[in-house]
Amino acid sequence: MASATAAGGPPPPAAPRSRKSVTGTRRTVAALFLLPALVLLGALVVYPIGYSLVRSFGNASGDGFAGFDNYRALFDDDGIRTALKNNIIWVVFAPTVSTALGLVFAVLTERVRWGTAFKLVVFMPMAISMLAAGIIFRLVYDQDPDKGVANAVWVGVHDTFAQSSAFPKAHPGRESPLRADGGGFITSAAVRAGTPVTLPLVGVAPDQLPGDARPARAAQPEPGKVTGTTWQDFTRGKGVGTPGAPDPSELGYAGMRIEAVRDGTVVAATKAAADGTFTLPAAADGARLRLPADNFKAPYNGVDWLGPALVTPAVIGSYVWMWAGFAMVLIAAGLAGVPRELLEAARVDGAGEWQVFRRITVPLLAPVLAVVTVTLMINVLKVFDLVFIIAPGSSQDDANVLALELYRKGFAEDRPGIASAIAVFLLLLVIPVMWFNIRRLRREGRR
Amino acid sequence: MRSRSSTIRTHRAVTTLAALLAGALALSACGGSDDDKKTGGGASSSAGEKGSGVTLPKLDGASLEVAAVWTGGEQKNFKQVLAEFAQRTGAEVTFVPAQDPIINFLGSKIAGGRPPDVALLPQPGAIKQAVDKKWAKPLGPQARAELAENYTQGWQDIGKVDGTQYGAYYKAANKSLIWYNAKAFENAGATEPTTWQELLTTARAVYDSGVTPFSVGGADGWTLTDWFENVYLSQAGPEKYDRLARHEIKWTDPSVKEALTTLAQIWGEKDYVAGGASGALQTEFPASVTQTFTGGDQPKAAMVYEGDFAQVNIGETKAKVGTDAKVFPFPAVGSAAPVVSGGDAAVVLKDSEAAQALVTFLASPDAATIQAKLGGYLSPNKNVPNSAYPNEVQRTIAKALIASGDDFRFDMSDQAPQAFGGTPGKGEWKALQDFLQNPTDVAGAQARLEKDAAAAYGNGG
Repeated sequence: MASATAAGGPPPPAAPRSRKSVTGTRRTVAALFLLPALVLLGALVVYPIGYSLVRSFGNASGDGFAGFDNYRALFDDDGIRTALKNNIIWVVFAPTVSTALGLVFAVLTERVRWGTAFKLVVFMPMAISMLAAGIIFRLVYDQDPDKGVANAVWVGVHDTFAQSSAFPKAHPGRESPLRADGGGFITSAAVRAGTPVTLPLVGVAPDQLPGDARPARAAQPEPGKVTGTTWQDFTRGKGVGTPGAPDPSELGYAGMRIEAVRDGTVVAATKAAADGTFTLPAAADGARLRLPADNFKAPYNGVDWLGPALVTPAVIGSYVWMWAGFAMVLIAAGLAGVPRELLEAARVDGAGEWQVFRRITVPLLAPVLAVVTVTLMINVLKVFDLVFIIAPGSSQDDANVLALELYRKGFAEDRPGIASAIAVFLLLLVIPVMWFNIRRLRREGRR
Repeated sequence: MRSRSSTIRTHRAVTTLAALLAGALALSACGGSDDDKKTGGGASSSAGEKGSGVTLPKLDGASLEVAAVWTGGEQKNFKQVLAEFAQRTGAEVTFVPAQDPIINFLGSKIAGGRPPDVALLPQPGAIKQAVDKKWAKPLGPQARAELAENYTQGWQDIGKVDGTQYGAYYKAANKSLIWYNAKAFENAGATEPTTWQELLTTARAVYDSGVTPFSVGGADGWTLTDWFENVYLSQAGPEKYDRLARHEIKWTDPSVKEALTTLAQIWGEKDYVAGGASGALQTEFPASVTQTFTGGDQPKAAMVYEGDFAQVNIGETKAKVGTDAKVFPFPAVGSAAPVVSGGDAAVVLKDSEAAQALVTFLASPDAATIQAKLGGYLSPNKNVPNSAYPNEVQRTIAKALIASGDDFRFDMSDQAPQAFGGTPGKGEWKALQDFLQNPTDVAGAQARLEKDAAAAYGNGG
């Protein structure tokens, strides 16, 4: 927003200056009045820009000339290249999405009764500093569904359709008769009817077992049937105890699914009872027992919002949350100036609402939309705080943008030459957008 | 280093109690010194455990500024030490709170023509930088004598630049510790390991009991570099460690490969790291500690590796250091257990009798004992009585540090150029984060480390 006012500021004084002779003001007096502003501008704007330019040709310590080395580094350095790529993504998506959402909000709020209240709510994030918004979204995107609301919602939806299992971390202990098999476990040897089978696993804490689990019990042999026990072969505080046989306080894996597999086909299946015992029919004789993978499915962890792949879109999302309100307010103001009779006429002529929006409202709003988009573009080019705060250290490199890289090079790595070169480069990127904005405002002023 | 101190700083509120205690002690300390003045007065007053205090000149009217990055309780405790100095000498001492990186802070102070008299610098690299820029002044004979009496050769040498003594290490950190949840160990029937193999056995037992063995604060890259440094120091030995720190051997060296492969035995094992690799990469150091000591019988992890400063974060949980939260030294991977340390050294920036006297005082056991009693502090001074530390855990850590003699090594990433060893999302931090994500790619991690190291050690930019 600051850039918008800055861009809007200069043109008005420019007009009177060109006509100074008419008012009869003498040059010296004019200069005298301009002096404070010029000194301030010079000291605060022109001098820093000039010095950055000089510094960008200097070496790290600032006492020698480095030629274009710093600028060459801009395109050699991986970090800066990622930053550049991300900046392009930002400039393309953040302003357009914000403006599009703002337009939708503005058009819709015109029609609802509580429009002003709605506008107030959407605009509210603008009252928060970027830093605070960053901290908020760092929490929103937290990986842990107990903390991050984004993952809480995501996991909630996911778990409604796909349940996680009870024994996610169970695994065979030492000297186990089981071996891994496609996410589940399978016995190394075939089982025989009448000889009880043991399927011991470890890695599930007693208080994480299903509530109905009872102390495990060795299965009794039953003629013509395959019997066995599956249980947590680990006594709290003691270790494995007697390996391969249930100790008194060891709990059965209540509800564990067991399949008998012969030549790759399941011939029988059952579920373990509360004490971990199970019985399979005679068909299982000579087959191998498998604990299928769905027993051990890890709980769904949600989306890795701040991981390398999604971090930039996630941060852009938080930016849109902040700035859609700004776009909405400006567009709503523009919308108020759209002549109603045009819309009415279109409706009378039989245009549908979508057609009115597409063919009348949007074209009439085009100048406003352009100003909003361009203003946001300038704003986005210098984005720093959101990225700096939201991206965790491990993916900061993947979320990098030019302004952040400038800071890191200048203050963390102590390479002010390259930092200055980035600053100059950023300035060059902003200038065309700035020029576009100023030209538009001029044209509007003339109208 | 930077994030380390900032994480500690943010949690200072917890130590309010310690601060109150500090106030009480200060009052008694002042009283003692007043008595001294009345009875003997004189230039030198004696204090300290054995009554053999350090000799300090009379400095009435002199005023000193001391800069350090400490805040909160740490700063308050240090001010007690400064107050004692003021009492003994009559000099007026002001504490100047500095920001990280302190070398940049000092740069602006010096450019402005008003450097502090004494600054506490957190890395050997910073001392060298201060000397290169001709800010630091060599220590005088009294300070050197005090150092020679109280410090091992190793701790003296690390304060030297090109053979001249510039820094006196006042504060140390022991970064070769593994903190563990006593309850989780008891449930698993696990014991404190002394070798890497035993550590793996312990981890296995914990895993079998249904608790994830390790918590890793991978969002902060420096926790990962510290892991690596401990393994490397113990496995490859101090000599190679020093050469790698100076980048005299490449990161593609077989010794680095061996260390990374060893690390992968923990980082790469399924379910050994809380939250998996991607979860760990989003866990910041404070959270990695607190999640190990919360959750009753089911903490998110049983062990967390980091230095003595992890106590501050444990203090945030209900766990009590010494009973619920215990500690064992980092196990020996090679022939000897590693001791990786850090520390803050006092450096004179404006040469004067008073500044030299203050550094002399800070190098004495008198000063260190005062702060040791207040807690949260570790001194490399071998003449600080072990009994000065307020609790058993502190005493264990201090003993391990002093016992290592000259075999300790400074944090390697702190010695490296900042672009390689100290920037979030870059260099060694990022390379090890990528390695944690994909522990099978040892060669790729090495190649990346070497590429970034070559760039950072090679030029200034």
